[in-house]
Amino acid sequence: MTTLHDVFVLPFKDMAEAPEFFFEVVIGGLTSGVMYSLVALGFVLIFKASAVFNFAQGVLALFAALTLVGIMNGQVPIFLVDTGVTVPAWLAIIITAGVMVLLAIAVERVVLRPLVNQDPIIMFMSTIGLAFVLEGVGDIMWGSSVKALDVGIPQGNFMWHGMQLQVFDMWAAGIAAVMVLALAIFFQKTAIGRALRAVADDHQAALSVGIPLKSIWIVVWSVAGLVALVAGIMWGSKSGVQFSLSLIALKALPVLILGGFTSVPGAIVGGLIIGVGEKVAEVYWGPLVNGAIENWFAYVLALIFLLFRPQGLFGDKIIERV
Amino acid sequence: MTPSEPAERDTDIILECRNISLAFGAVKAISDVSFDVKKGEVRAIIGPNGAGKTSMLNCINGFYHPQQGEIAYKGKVRKQMRPYEAAATGIARTFQNVALFKGMSTLDNIMTGRNLKTKTNFFEALLYWGPAQKEEIRQREFVERVITFLEIEAIRKEPVGRLPYGLQKRVELGRALAAEPELLLLDEPMAGMNLEEKEDMCRFILDVNDEFGTTIALIEHDMGVVMDISDRVVVLDHGIKIADGTPDEVKANQNVIDAYLGVAH
Repeated sequence: MTTLHDVFVLPFKDMAEAPEFFFEVVIGGLTSGVMYSLVALGFVLIFKASAVFNFAQGVLALFAALTLVGIMNGQVPIFLVDTGVTVPAWLAIIITAGVMVLLAIAVERVVLRPLVNQDPIIMFMSTIGLAFVLEGVGDIMWGSSVKALDVGIPQGNFMWHGMQLQVFDMWAAGIAAVMVLALAIFFQKTAIGRALRAVADDHQAALSVGIPLKSIWIVVWSVAGLVALVAGIMWGSKSGVQFSLSLIALKALPVLILGGFTSVPGAIVGGLIIGVGEKVAEVYWGPLVNGAIENWFAYVLALIFLLFRPQGLFGDKIIERV
Repeated sequence: MTPSEPAERDTDIILECRNISLAFGAVKAISDVSFDVKKGEVRAIIGPNGAGKTSMLNCINGFYHPQQGEIAYKGKVRKQMRPYEAAATGIARTFQNVALFKGMSTLDNIMTGRNLKTKTNFFEALLYWGPAQKEEIRQREFVERVITFLEIEAIRKEPVGRLPYGLQKRVELGRALAAEPELLLLDEPMAGMNLEEKEDMCRFILDVNDEFGTTIALIEHDMGVVMDISDRVVVLDHGIKIADGTPDEVKANQNVIDAYLGVAH
């Protein structure tokens, strides 16, 4: 009886008694959720447009962040010497965006083109390979030390209705919102977005209406690269640019399962649910099992979803005519 | 259904296949087949199962590359063509087993047919507002005309995966028409349809031919339908051309009767 009471009654009583604290926890969860969403978005983009799960997305974010820091500090790639020149953040971001587009072109040429019409699983394997190569290249070019990244996003905290909030988190939420809106319009309303969805659906039919596969892939990987750049900037500013950044990809997995692999809004909502869920669980239920719920809560949630709603909250229903 | 007049209004040849041979390993799909398609006519390719009809269409459209022979399209001779180039030079097609983008709406499917007519670059599309949006509205107008023409207004927003088979075939025709093709290749446009749907489809094919002057090359199993709507018919059997001529000539041809009904031994 006491166990039941501790699990099902006490936490809710705590929440009701200190609503300000509860909301602070929720907002903390929402803001870390936004960060998960940013990474998950990159996955959704490539999955939507090529039905391939891109294992390299996390490394893409790392690579973007490394390149950005390197350029800002005026580092010479490979030789790792400082030129002493510092490049302003906005210029460095534009140059890095260019690098990500070049990377997309290289990926299409070297990895994707030889694998046209292969099973998605083979493409998936090739993205695992790509992840390792990119990580190595990032190391060779920019070195493996942890670097601070400051692109000028305001830091600090402020009080609002008795809750303590981070300025940085608000910025992250705003940037994510703008990006999602832009991507949704790009995918749903423009001819290129439609061509992307068409390619994902049926290669052959897409060819017959004259959609050039090659340039479509370059577009997709460029967009995914740009999203990775944004994710890299946000994560890098928050916790420094370091190689463990590529592991954030793992946190994106449960987000995708929750939101659905094919849904841009799903990636956002999924990220928020995971973020809030793990924070609330940690604070209110954590003490029951001596804490550390935060590390596995997301995966348990994903498992439950796989059991009851495998296509996720917003994923495309799988329609099969027999 | 009224049989259309033989294509004498314009005797220009738009497509000519010369001595086409195609083999997959040791299997000969097409052996030394030659025929032509005149501008503005409805040309049918018929034959029993496995005669090489779809292979022939795939050669024209660039999915397959024949080992021998050449194809002259609009006077330009070519040995190989990519599907993308075929689409860019005015060849549109439909598929035997409906190849639509199943997760997308009818409207979006047909809009993809406008792909080559749409002039938006990547950066305009990223911005969306401005030129890209204007271009979308212009393309949408044409697509609405196709939708009205095919009488599928009611299913405009429906995901095509949910539509009955007959309607899917009609949407696929719409996507091909949206490209404003000069040559329209139809792979069994009436396969798996009931009588009413077949009659509708015949009407659309004849209307496309009449109103837009689109040249049509179609593959069909249903002999009755073919004889009613085509100007000229070529008959394949086991990859070999066994007859070529007007529907009446073909119907009277002994080889054709044998191929379809079997020969008495």
